[in-house]
Amino acid sequence: MDMVRGHILCCGGTGCTSSGCEAIIKEMEAQLVAHGLEKEFKVIKTGCFGLCALGPIMIVYPEGAFYSRVEPKDVKEIVEEHLLKGRIVKHLLYQETVEEDNIKSLNEVDFYKKQMRIALRNCGVINPENIDEYIAFDGYKALGKVLTEMSREDVIKEIKDSGLRGRGGGGFSTGLKWQFTYAAEGDQKYVACNADEGDPGAFMDRSILEGDPHSVIEAMAIAAYAVGANQGYIYIRAEYPIAVKRLQIAIDQAKEYGLLGKNIFETGFDFDLEIRLGAGAFVCGEETALMTSIEGKRGEPRPRPPFPAIKGLWAKPTLLNNVETYANIPQIINNGAAWFQTIGTEKSKGTKVFALGGKINNTGLVEIPMGTTLREIIEEIGGGIPNGKKFKAAQTGGPSGGCIPASLMDTPIDYDSLIAIGSMMGSGGLIVMDEDNCMVDIAKFFLEFTVDESCGKCTPCRIGTKRLLELLTKITDGKGTMEDLDKLEELCYSIKASSLCGLGQTAPNPVLSTLQYFRDEYEAHVRDKKCPAGVCKALAQYTIDPDKCKGCSLCARQCPVGAISGQVKSPFVIDQEKCIKCGACQSACKFNAIDKK
Amino acid sequence: MEKKNTLPFNGTKEQEQRLMEVIAEHKGQQGATIPVLHKAQEIYGYLPIEVQKMISEGLDVPLAEIYGIVTFYTQFSLNPKGKYQIGVCLGTACYVKGSGDILEKIKEILKIDVGECTPDGKFSLEATRCVGACGLAPVVTINEDVYGRLVVADVADMLAKYQD
Repeated sequence: MDMVRGHILCCGGTGCTSSGCEAIIKEMEAQLVAHGLEKEFKVIKTGCFGLCALGPIMIVYPEGAFYSRVEPKDVKEIVEEHLLKGRIVKHLLYQETVEEDNIKSLNEVDFYKKQMRIALRNCGVINPENIDEYIAFDGYKALGKVLTEMSREDVIKEIKDSGLRGRGGGGFSTGLKWQFTYAAEGDQKYVACNADEGDPGAFMDRSILEGDPHSVIEAMAIAAYAVGANQGYIYIRAEYPIAVKRLQIAIDQAKEYGLLGKNIFETGFDFDLEIRLGAGAFVCGEETALMTSIEGKRGEPRPRPPFPAIKGLWAKPTLLNNVETYANIPQIINNGAAWFQTIGTEKSKGTKVFALGGKINNTGLVEIPMGTTLREIIEEIGGGIPNGKKFKAAQTGGPSGGCIPASLMDTPIDYDSLIAIGSMMGSGGLIVMDEDNCMVDIAKFFLEFTVDESCGKCTPCRIGTKRLLELLTKITDGKGTMEDLDKLEELCYSIKASSLCGLGQTAPNPVLSTLQYFRDEYEAHVRDKKCPAGVCKALAQYTIDPDKCKGCSLCARQCPVGAISGQVKSPFVIDQEKCIKCGACQSACKFNAIDKK
Repeated sequence: MEKKNTLPFNGTKEQEQRLMEVIAEHKGQQGATIPVLHKAQEIYGYLPIEVQKMISEGLDVPLAEIYGIVTFYTQFSLNPKGKYQIGVCLGTACYVKGSGDILEKIKEILKIDVGECTPDGKFSLEATRCVGACGLAPVVTINEDVYGRLVVADVADMLAKYQD
């Protein structure tokens, strides 16, 4: 092996790929050659570091210098100054890491300080396309331990004792699920992995598969041994090309090393793994629909029971867990259930990965111990709301979840506390909204999504969500009545009670939670015909601030319907009757004098 | 809501040959239909009824079932796509940062609706689910290119890059 004096880690996750990391890596390799350093430094393309807002990201070791928003033209400077002369290029660093004459280690930065990485332990650390790097970080040690030292019952007991609950959203005990599949009778059993991350705004499963695919493969092999399966399927969204590619490379490498296939670790245990691509249907995240889709049919759910543990894929007992759940398994086996028990809250053990998005400074991926409060996530880790705006709500659980208002920001986050306040953990999307977002519009946005994604099999979901959307549209168009609000609520409860699967049962949550915490906004739309955030077009009113207006007449000349009049050099006025709310005047005004309310 | 397919099917012999190889490779496997449809769409770019018929006969699966699957999943398209496929992310993170307005602007400039293709076959427009680049929200993809942190005023310049 070549000895190198430094490593250059470049993030190759989807976020950084989108912001151009490939060009940076190419440039870095070219610059290393140009300066004769290609034998001294090794460039490694890793998975996601988490701080997507600052991508493309590059970390140079041994110093641990964290360069952010790197551009190809910066690379030469980094090579000539840092690599050649040993002078860290401070102005290109992530500014939070810069101290007077030193750099802070990443663990001391606000974004990382409160995080604890279990599921994401290898993301941003190893090259996901090289199995040797995974093995060097204790990879496949847990599988070896399980196969050579533990009975199937021991494994299940360990997982049960750890208190791990399903990270896909439902929060069912993982150990119990394993136990049921183990106990089910059948000549053939399957294990499956749900990587159909459909929640818009959540991307933790993708990041794990992109950054550490072997952790999922190893966990599935452990699960297969425990429940008695010899075949596994990973059902992954086709929209994740990088994850699919790395997963396939990882599977091929594991087969080559004899960690998948026949007679693994020479214990007589066989396990094979296949990828199945989804084709863009949100309902396929539901377990019975997912299995119907793997079988090659329309992904429609079916009633439970029988649960998949009894009758799953091709009517055989099947264990189905989500990507993040699996990523925890090798760590639990290596460190023991007792270790895992010490992390988190009483009923929710371990950590949870959240995808921070929306109106927040540090968008990206964070992993926190259960029980961390929303305030810590948003204000400390997330770095607060940009542009000095005020926090309004955080949305968790995607189309199945709800909006959490500012008054509940100190709620410690775990499965049960989120349900108690009308939201849910979901897969871990956490979207922050500020005063410029209209909560009725957000509810409508989610209902548009569910109407589109309802598979149509059961009536309450197919027709009910459509009616909900119609009512919401009526309200945002300024035509709603107070009775509509009651109807809205009643309909929500009927849909929840009577839908066949999780999609329909949770679809009304965005409406119910916004009705509960932001009823005043609904009432403003209905009673005052106003959208307080100024989002709903039909209710918007453009007015000219007479103090700011210089009377330049630019807006009047831009207005397509001649609704603006006035004398040059004195304030202009908008005729609300004529105004069609196109916003042309606002974008034309050079003095910021036109308000939209 | 079936949209009219304006272009006639003109698959080549070579494409048909590749499709037959794919079918032969998967025939008899459990749950082969969706993987075959994915590969067929790779070959033809879309899945017109002519291609569905070949798959139905090749895999010995009723055409009604194939059509049912193709129309169920949003990834499968019955219509040809444009030379430049525009995808506007309407995931939550992009939506709260204004991707809805960006979609409206693109529709206005190209005079097409979501799911349609310009008459010259150059641009097609889709509203996509989360592409996972939430750190760059709002995001638009045009074929392999990703445009992030967009504002409405950027849209015209972005489209102008694709004039050939």
